[in-house]
Amino acid sequence: MRLLTHNLLMCNRKGCSTNNFPLRINATNVTSESTDFNPDLIRNVLPKLDWAALSQTVGELSLPGLPEACPAADDDTSLQQLHQLIIDTHVKEGELICNGCGRSYPIKNGIPNMLLNEDEL
Amino acid sequence: PDLQDVPLSMFDNVYEPCEDTYLFLDTLECEREFLDSLQPSICLEIGSGNGCLITHLSRILSTPALCIATDINADAATVTSITARSNNASVEIILSDLLSSLRTRLESKADVILMNPPYVPTESSEVGTRDIAAAWAGGINGREVVDKALPIVKDLISPNGAFYLLLVEENKPVEVMRIMKSYGFKGQVLTAKRA
Repeated sequence: MRLLTHNLLMCNRKGCSTNNFPLRINATNVTSESTDFNPDLIRNVLPKLDWAALSQTVGELSLPGLPEACPAADDDTSLQQLHQLIIDTHVKEGELICNGCGRSYPIKNGIPNMLLNEDEL
Repeated sequence: PDLQDVPLSMFDNVYEPCEDTYLFLDTLECEREFLDSLQPSICLEIGSGNGCLITHLSRILSTPALCIATDINADAATVTSITARSNNASVEIILSDLLSSLRTRLESKADVILMNPPYVPTESSEVGTRDIAAAWAGGINGREVVDKALPIVKDLISPNGAFYLLLVEENKPVEVMRIMKSYGFKGQVLTAKRA
């Protein structure tokens, strides 16, 4: 799971409606897999990012390199730093925890399991 | 897409590419130019199964987009990830019912959504399992999962986004088109095939 994907995920357990985003990452394995930097991709997803959530998550994971504010579309240096964080950083193993209701969603082989039990729907 | 890295035993519990998969792949191929004209940044597939569709989509776009697939079946999620990786496609996988965990954050942000739904008419009780039956069991008129997905698609699709859905005649495609039109979609049949 990339940090970009994490930035889109929310707890949707029945009755959980406050403090359900972003999910806290409790990671046991985080990897960085370098890929070609494509500024267009980052520019296009920029408006869809929740910057406050990203900055909170990056802080929790103690990852370096987050630009101080959401970069301007022509600031290639910052876009590249962002690329390394949201595209190249993968959470492979661990769990996502909802700060609202405490529900834990396991992450195995990079795949978050967001399935709910019947009594949570 | 090449599926040779997927252990054959996985297909006991995951839908193997069939005629419908190939029809969908051909359609995406024909849509290449249009898809590029959308300049998509976020593409989704609901129920990716073997992962062929989202893998192919991710590979044909000229500008990379974030491609996210969901599936309710854990084995299907694993196979999707193997298919994507062995075809050098970058696809994110979430184990999820339809798009529930993305619903709020992705509101009006998904540029392309693909769905090859479970369309086979069955008893309602066969719908909603987390195994291979989820790939085909569609309930009454084969429409139960489709009907659950349509309002979600409406909420998530971006203003100029495109939704690709595969149906069979028993699903009453004209009625589905009518529902989507009531949501403000413009609809067209891209390919039709007699099985």
